[in-house]
This record gives sequence, C-alpha cells and structure tokens, in this order.
Amino acid sequence: MAVISRSDFERVRGRRRWMGRAFHALCLLSVAIALGMLAVLLVYLLVQGVTRIDWSFLTSFPSRHPEQAGIKAAIVGSVYVVIIAGVVAFTLGVASALYLEEYAARSKFARIAKINIANLAGVPSIVYGILGLEIFVRTMGLGKSVLAGGFTLGLLVLPIIIVAASEAIRAVPPSLREGAYALGATRWQVVWNMVIPQAFPGIMTGVILAVSRAMGETAPLIAMGALTFVPFTPTSPLSRFTVLPIQIFNWTSRPQQGFQEAAAAGIIVLLVILLFMNAGAVILRSRFQNKWEG
Amino acid sequence: MARNVLSPPLGKGSKAKWRKMLPERAIAVFLFLCSFLSILTTVGIVAVLLFEAISFFTEVSFLEFITGTRWTPLFSSKQFGVLALVAGTTLTAVLAMMVALPLGLLSAIYLSEYAPSRVRNTVKPILEILAGIPTVVYGYFALLFVTPLLRGISEDISVFNALSAAIVMGLMILPMVSSLSEDAMRAVPRTLREGAYALGSTKLEVSTLVVVPAALSGIVSAFILAVSRAIGETMIVTIAAGQNPNFTLNPFVPIETMTAYIVQVSMGDTPAGSIEFKTIFAVALLLFAITLVMNLLSQYVVSRFREEYE
Repeated sequence: MAVISRSDFERVRGRRRWMGRAFHALCLLSVAIALGMLAVLLVYLLVQGVTRIDWSFLTSFPSRHPEQAGIKAAIVGSVYVVIIAGVVAFTLGVASALYLEEYAARSKFARIAKINIANLAGVPSIVYGILGLEIFVRTMGLGKSVLAGGFTLGLLVLPIIIVAASEAIRAVPPSLREGAYALGATRWQVVWNMVIPQAFPGIMTGVILAVSRAMGETAPLIAMGALTFVPFTPTSPLSRFTVLPIQIFNWTSRPQQGFQEAAAAGIIVLLVILLFMNAGAVILRSRFQNKWEG
Repeated sequence: MARNVLSPPLGKGSKAKWRKMLPERAIAVFLFLCSFLSILTTVGIVAVLLFEAISFFTEVSFLEFITGTRWTPLFSSKQFGVLALVAGTTLTAVLAMMVALPLGLLSAIYLSEYAPSRVRNTVKPILEILAGIPTVVYGYFALLFVTPLLRGISEDISVFNALSAAIVMGLMILPMVSSLSEDAMRAVPRTLREGAYALGSTKLEVSTLVVVPAALSGIVSAFILAVSRAIGETMIVTIAAGQNPNFTLNPFVPIETMTAYIVQVSMGDTPAGSIEFKTIFAVALLLFAITLVMNLLSQYVVSRFREEYE
C-alpha cells in the first residue's frame, strides 16, 4: 500500500472536512427551506384571511357578494359528513382490527386482508369518490346526500383506523390476555374487558387522525357529486350538502379578490379545527406512552 | 395458533354450553364480516371501474385511448387520447419529486444523523404538519402565492401552469419522503456507523456511504410511495395547473392531469351514461392501475431488498 506524504494527507483531510461541513449546511438548509415554506404558507394565509373572520362569516350562507359570503352551510355539512364517516370508519375499523389481530391472527385471510388494506391506503382519494358515486349515490339510491358523502369518506379513512387500531391491539401485553383466559374468560370477554380498554387511547388517536383526514378531503366529495353552492343547512341525512374544503375550492377558483379573502378565512377556520383535533391526538398519544413507561 | 377462528375455544360441549357460546360465535362472525368489507371495497372499486370502462371501450377503441395524444371528449369533435392527461400527470409528478426528493432526503439525513435529539423531536412533528394540511389549502397557496411569484420572475409563465402546482405538491409530499426515509435510516444499527467512524470516516462519509446504502430499500420505497401520492393528488393540480389537456412537457403552460379531468367532469353537468361521463371511469381505472402497481412495487422493494442486520 502506497504511503502518502504528510502534506498530501493534510490536503485530503482538509478537503474531506470542508465537504463534511458543506454537506451539514446543505442538510440544514433543506430542513430550513421546508420549515420556511410552511411558515410562509401559514403567514400568507393569516395575512390574507384573518381580517375577514367574524361572527357573520361563520353564520352566513354563501352569497354572490363576497363581503356577505359565509361558511355556515359548509361547516354544518362538514360536521355531519365527518361524524357519519367517523362512526362508520370507527365501527368497521375497530371490528376489523380486532378480527385480524385477536381472532384470525396469522391466518391466510389476515395476511391477504392486511396487504389489501395497505393497498387501499394508497388508492387516490378521487377514486373513492367514483366508488361512492356508483355504489352509494346510484346503486343504493342515497342520492348525492350527506349520508352518501359520509359513507364515501368512511371507506376512505377506514385503512387509517384499521392500521392504528391493529398497532394499539398488538401493543397490549399477551400476559393480560393469558391471565384472563386462565380465569376461564371467553374470547369476547377477553377482548371486551382486557384488550379494548388497554388499546383504547391508541385506537382513539387513529380515529382522530382519520377524522381530520376526512375533514380536509375535497376531491372524493366533488367526484361523488357534492354541491359547490349551498344556501341552506342539511335537514336530513338525505339532504344535499357542501363541505368546508369544497367551499374553499369554490371561492379560490373565482377571480374576485373578495372571494379569495373569503377562501383564506375559510382555510384558517379549517386549519384551526384540524389543529384542535390533532392536539387531542397528541395528548392521547402521550398518555398512551406514559402508561407503558410509567 | 392454528385454531378454528370462528369457534371460540370450548370444552367438550353440551347443548347448554353451545347455546351459551352462541353470542361468541355471532360476534366472531360480525367481526369477520367487518374485516371482509375492506376486501369488498377493493373488489367494489375494481368492479365499478372495470364495468364502466368496458362499456366505454365498446365505443372507443382501446388503442386510440392508450396511444392518442389529443384529449377532447367534452368538445363536439371528440378525441380520446389519454396520453395528453398522462403527460400532464407525469410532468407534475416528476417536477414535484424534483422538489420533494432532494429536500426530503437531505432533511431525513439531517434528522437521523446530524440533529440532536431535542431538535429532532421538535422539527419532525412540525414537518409532519405539512402532511396534515388539506390539499385544497395547498391549491390556494399555489395559485395565489407561488404562481404570482413565478410570474414575477418570468412573464412566459401562464396563470395556470404545471410548475407552480408541482412545487407546492413537492412541499406536500416532502414529509412523506423525509419521515419514511428517516425511519429507515434510524433502523440502521449503530455498530455500522461506529465501524465506519473507527476507520476515520467523516460524518458525510458515514451518512452517504454507510447509512443511506444500508437504508436504501426503505428510501426507495418511500420514494415510490411519494410518486404514487403525487400521481393521485387532485386538488393542487385542479386549482393551479389548469384544465387544458396539452401533450407537452413545458412546465410554464396550462396542462391537465388525470385527476383534474375527473374533477372537471364531476363539476360539470355531463349526463350520466353519456360517453363523456364514461371517460372518467376509463381515466380512473388507468389512475388506479398506475398507483396500485407503484404501491405494490414499494412493498416489494421493502420486502425483497431489505438489509437485515439482526
């Protein structure tokens, strides 16, 4: 092996150190760009929209006059749709996760079901909208209603809940189950009294994440046929409706400055709602962790 | 654990015991049906798309659809060359990845290799906020902030253009690249790093020559998932990239992606059952097929090329 001279060695070492520092700076710069763009986005929205938010904005129906337009119908529609989606996805998701983890773990069915769920999570959301249009709106005859929208979004977020609930269930120590079985409990008694209470915070974290995803979805509801201009609040599960993201989309696409401000204001309201929901998820998660560490 | 999953563990059963166990069986069946529903969802998606798409292809030649470059189903002289939409989707997805891949990967390296744990625990959740922002918000940002900025730089850029949508889309998928890549890098055992340090490597050399190669399957799979996400993204491109199915790779002119076309038809008053309406199923089928292949590929990369160290 060739021996290099001291000066060559120092030159190479100097270069390696210099490149190391440059790379460190580059990595730091990437993070800074990402965080900076997030900050620009949020500040821009605040500047554009915050002055537009007042009580009448929250309690007015949309209007042809941008300064009178409000988000009442959109908020009520969003809340209804998201509640339906949440209930559907919670029931189906937790039941599926229980079956796949507690009843059929390591079966061929569970393996196929899990691959299937991973793929469902990657299906573009607009495809769910088309599914909802064909199955709920047309085949089941629900019309372009709150119920059809809720079901569509329920299916869309189902994989999120199944994955989160499965993880939470797997994290329940086997000793708890074995203790209960040893006392003669049936499988459902074990699940109901041991597994579900232990896994509950983890499951709820998943539910909140799923519901916040449903809250922000636009494309599937448009594909399903939700309205863009709704001067009324839904009165029954079969009423037609709009949601906050669609209202924002509608205002964004208009050329008038006033509507764009309304869109920014709507976005702020939407982000604040999401912020509260995610804060809830974070609190639940930290409790969950403390429980196992403490 | 090869137990019969639909019948709970019983002793040698009397009739009374069997009756007592009836609710147990009913619950097991109910849970099974719920988990079966997710398989039904997949079947439903495929069935719906295939059914309507086949009816579409009885009227339009499949060859014309898959090789044509002009897409004008909503005009009186109809042409069904889906490549115009595929070009728009490809263009925005490629440009978005040119933003998300370098920024995401370098961020992941920073978080995994350089950042003190306190910085990482603060920065990572903040980055993940980006993934939680609804896409319609990004669309607003692209159209009303990024586009005017770009147009200030060059007047050749149209109001609707692929570039602005792609930059913002890159920002949206960045946390996906960075989080999944970072997870893969942190799974690389410390001993590998320490071995390299002991040989006198700098942090740069350890990061790029040891950690990244060892985590490559995870990084590649994150990358593929991100591409798939970019292809399926709808609202940003609908709002900011335009509704002009141009067969072009010019990022400064309006284009239309597959997803934006589906929105355009859904918002219009196209009568159900018409050929214009059926186009969205053909386009959605293609979109579904592309993203499915990418998702499967991503899973395959992880399972096939994962470096096992334990």
